[in-house]
Amino acid sequence: MAETTVTQYTSKDFKSDQEVRWCPGCGDHAVLSSVQKALTELGIPKEKFAFISGIGCSSRFPYYMNTYGFHGIHGRASAIASGVKIANPELSVWQITGDGDALAIGGNHFIHVVRRNIDINIILFNNEIYGLTKGQYSPTSSKGLVTKTSPFGTIEEPFSVGELVIGAKGKFFARTIDANISLSTQIYIEAAKHKGTSVIEVLQNCVIFNDGIHDVVADKEVREERTIVLKHGEPMIFGKGNDKGLILDGLKLKVVRLGENGITENSLLVHDATEPNPGIQYMLANMRYPEYPVALGVIRAMTGPTYETAVEDQIKEVQKTARIKSMEDLMNSGSVWEVE
Amino acid sequence: MSKKTKPIEKDEVVIRFSGDSGDGMQLTGTLFSDTAALYGNDLSTFPDYPAEIRAPQGSVGGVSGFTVHMGHSEINTPGDYADVLIAMNPAAIKANVRWIKPGSTIIYDINNFTEKNIEKAGYKADPIKEEKLEDYNNIAAPISNMVKEALKDLGLDPKTILRTKNMFALGMVYWLFDRKLSYTEDYCDKKFKNKPEVAKANKIALRAGYYYAETIEALSPVRINPAPIAKGKYRNINGNMATAWGFLAAAEKAGLKLFIGSYPITPATGILEELAARKDLGVKSFQAEDEIAGICTAIGASFAGYLAVTSTSGPGLALKSEAIGLAVMTELPLVIVNVQRGGPSTGLPTKTEQADLMQVLFGRNGESPVVVIAASTPSDCFHFAFEAARIALEHMTPVLLLTDGFIANGSEPWKIPDLYDLPNIYPPFAEKEDGPFLPFKRDAKRLARSWAIPGTPGLEHRIGGLEKTIKGTVSYIPENHEDMVNIRAEKVERVVEKIPDMKVYGEESGDLLVVGWGGSYGHLITSVRELQTEGHKVSLANFNYIKPFPKNVRDVFQKFSKILVCELNLGQFADYLRMNYQEFTYEQLNKVQGVPFTVTEIKEKCIKLLEGM
Repeated sequence: MAETTVTQYTSKDFKSDQEVRWCPGCGDHAVLSSVQKALTELGIPKEKFAFISGIGCSSRFPYYMNTYGFHGIHGRASAIASGVKIANPELSVWQITGDGDALAIGGNHFIHVVRRNIDINIILFNNEIYGLTKGQYSPTSSKGLVTKTSPFGTIEEPFSVGELVIGAKGKFFARTIDANISLSTQIYIEAAKHKGTSVIEVLQNCVIFNDGIHDVVADKEVREERTIVLKHGEPMIFGKGNDKGLILDGLKLKVVRLGENGITENSLLVHDATEPNPGIQYMLANMRYPEYPVALGVIRAMTGPTYETAVEDQIKEVQKTARIKSMEDLMNSGSVWEVE
Repeated sequence: MSKKTKPIEKDEVVIRFSGDSGDGMQLTGTLFSDTAALYGNDLSTFPDYPAEIRAPQGSVGGVSGFTVHMGHSEINTPGDYADVLIAMNPAAIKANVRWIKPGSTIIYDINNFTEKNIEKAGYKADPIKEEKLEDYNNIAAPISNMVKEALKDLGLDPKTILRTKNMFALGMVYWLFDRKLSYTEDYCDKKFKNKPEVAKANKIALRAGYYYAETIEALSPVRINPAPIAKGKYRNINGNMATAWGFLAAAEKAGLKLFIGSYPITPATGILEELAARKDLGVKSFQAEDEIAGICTAIGASFAGYLAVTSTSGPGLALKSEAIGLAVMTELPLVIVNVQRGGPSTGLPTKTEQADLMQVLFGRNGESPVVVIAASTPSDCFHFAFEAARIALEHMTPVLLLTDGFIANGSEPWKIPDLYDLPNIYPPFAEKEDGPFLPFKRDAKRLARSWAIPGTPGLEHRIGGLEKTIKGTVSYIPENHEDMVNIRAEKVERVVEKIPDMKVYGEESGDLLVVGWGGSYGHLITSVRELQTEGHKVSLANFNYIKPFPKNVRDVFQKFSKILVCELNLGQFADYLRMNYQEFTYEQLNKVQGVPFTVTEIKEKCIKLLEGM
C-alpha cells in the first residue's frame, strides 16, 4: 500500500552516520543544525531531498545529511543541481556553496541558475575567506583585507551577494547569521517553500582564518542595534526596544528614531518582499553598518515561472500536436524512400 | 523536356557546388543529393564552408562548397576530385582548382566574372586562362542575366531574383545527369508555402537552367544508374543527426528519458539542435552557459536517473575534462560526444581532424579511465551513439564517443533500422536490501556499481569527487585508493566482453594491413578495395572500439607482413598501438591539413610499401 502520510521526522532522521569534521567553533555546525531542523517542518519525504555541493569547507555538508547527496567539483554545484532538478522536478534540491565556490570559480553558473529561476535552494556560506586552502581572500573579502595572498591588503572591490542576485534577475534573496538558529530555520523553510531559485546568504564565521569578521553586526551584544530583521508586511523597525526604523528620504533609505521629529511606527517603510520592482529591496540588501543596520530575513521573494516547469510544459505543449510520437515515427518522417 | 541526347552511362561522378557563403550552395548540394538518393544512387556528400558566417563577398575565404559523390556501386567517400565544378564566382575557381579532375566540366556564372570579382579572387584577368583550364569543358553560362530575364515579370526585387541563381545552376546539373525536377519543385512549394511568388521564382529559375543546358548542347548528359542496394526503407542522414537519433533509440531501449546538456560549438552543434527539436519525444535539452555547465548538468541528470549526454568539439572537451573525471569517480553513466575539428586551440573550427585521441584517452588528472568509441561513417554514428549509451548505462561509466567534422556534416543514404533488432538496455538499478545501501558495491562480472535514483526510499546515499570506500565514506586510506583505482580501470577493461571482435575487410592474411580508426574509414575502404581489385594482398582493419580494444587485435595484426596506420594527426593512434601491442612495427600515413585523406594518397603510400617487399 502506498503511504499517504509523510513520516513526522526529527532532526536526527537527517543526520548521517558520518562524523562531522568541521573545526570546533565553525559556523557551519549551526547551519547544519538549522537545516536539519527546517527539513522536519516541510512535510517532504526524506528520499526526495538532494543536497548538492561544490568544493570548500561548507561543501562537505552533503556527507552529514542522511539524504541523497552529491559532493561535486569546485564551482559547479549550481550546474549539477540544475541537472538534477530539471531531470526530476519532484525532488527538493539544495545547493550548498561558499563565497569562493559560488562567486569566484562558479560565478558564471551562479548567475545563470538565478536568471533561469530553477527551483533550487542555495545556501551560500559567506565567511569572506578561503578556508579549505587555508586563508586567501575571496570575492566577498572587504577591500584592504590582509590575507596570505594579499599580504599588503586586497585592492579589489568585493561582491555584495544580494546585489548580484538582484542583478541576475533573482527572485528570492534572504540573509541570516549562522548562529541565529531560529531565524535561520525560519528562512530555510521559507526558501524551501518558495518556487524558484532561493539564495540565502549566511553570514558565517570561519573561526580559524577570518574569526569574528561578522562580529561587528553578528555579535549577540550588538546584533539588535546593528541588524534589522525584515518581515513581509511589517514596518521596518529595529534596535533594542524597537526604537529605530527605516524611512525613504528622497531616493535613499534613512535610519530614524521613533518619537523624534514626529516619527511613529506609521511613518516607517513597510517591507514588501513580493514587490517585483527590486528598487527598495536592492537598497535593503546593500545596507552596510555603520550607516545602516544590516538587513536579515527574506529581503526579496517574488514569484515567477520556474525553469524546470517550463521545460515540462513546453514538452507537453509540443506533444499535444506532434506528429512524431515514437522513434519509429521519427525515422520514417521526411524524405524516405523504399528500395524494392 | 522533349528532345534528349542519349546519355552516356558512367559508374560514378563527383560534383562540387561552389560559391559565396550566401549563394545557397549547401542547399543546392543537399537538394541534388536527395534527388540522387531517391533515384537509387549510393552517395556520399561533404559540405565545406568557412567559419565566417558571411566572409567578404567574392573572397576566396568566403567560398562555401558542397560535394556530392554518387554512383552505381557502393560509395564510401565524397570523392577526391570533382568531375563537375559549379562555380558561382571567380573565387570558387580559385578555391577549387586543385580539387578538380583534369578535363572536368566547369559550369560558371560568367556574369559574376566581373573585373572586381576577378580581382577579389586574386586573379589579374580571366581565371580560366590564368589557371590554364582552357582545355577543360568550360560552360560560361550567363546565370545572373538569365534569371533576371526569366523572372522579370514577377514583380520581385532584384535581390530576391538573384537569390535564385543557385536554382538555375541546379537545373543545369539536373539536365546533365538526367534527373527529374519534381523533388526540388516540391521542396520549393513547401519551403516557401507563405511566399508563393518566391516559390514560383525558384521553380522558374530551376526550369530555365534545365532548358538552358538542353539548348546549348555544350554538355553531354550522363546517366548514373541506381546502385544495387539492399532492400528496405532508406533516408539520407548526416553524422550529427545520426548521433542524436542513436541516443534517442538507446533511451527508448533502456526505458529512460534523455537529457542533453551542451553548449553550442562547431561542428557539434547539430546534435544539440536536433535533440532540442525532439520535445515531441520528451527530450529535455539544456543549452548551458558554458561547456562545463553542459557536462555538469548532464552529470546531475544522470545522478537523477536519466540517460544523460553532452556534446562538444575539441576545445569544449578540454573544458569538460575535470567534470569527466567527476563522472569517472562517481561512476555515473554519461556519454560525452567529441566531434573532432582541427586544433589546437580554436584551430580550424569547420575542418576535420583526428587529433583529439590522446586528449580523450589521457587528458585528465589522475588515473581516469573512460570507454572510448569512434564512429566511422555519417550513418554508423547512429549505431555507435547507441553503443556508447548502452555501455555507459550497463557498465556505469562515462563513455567518450568520437566523431569528426567530416562524418558529422557528411551525409549518406541510411537503411532505416528496425528498432526490434536493437538490444534492450538494462541499467543496474539498485534495489532495497537489508542494511544500509552501499553505493560502491559492484556486480562480480562487470564491476559496475548499482544506480540508486534520488526519490527511491531507503537508498539515500552520497557520492562525490573525493575517493570513497564501498560505503561511500570519504577515505584517504592508501590501500583503499589503490584498490579503487584498480577497480575503475578493470571495470573499463571488462567492457571488452560486451563488444564485438575486430572485423577485417578483405583476406584475413596478406602483405599489408591498412589500419585506421573512426572517420577515415570511407577513404581507407575505397583505397583498399581498389588495391584488392588491382591484385594486391591488402586488407583493412578500422577501429571503432578504442578503449578497451577488441579481444582479437593481436590475432588480426600478426597475419600481415606489414601494418600501415593511417590517421589525420601526427600518429597518435600508431603510438597508442605501440603502447599496447609492442611486438609489431607500425608504418604511418599522417595528414594534418583539415581535410580528409584522398584515395590517391592512401593508395600511393600502400603501393610504395608493397613495392618494398
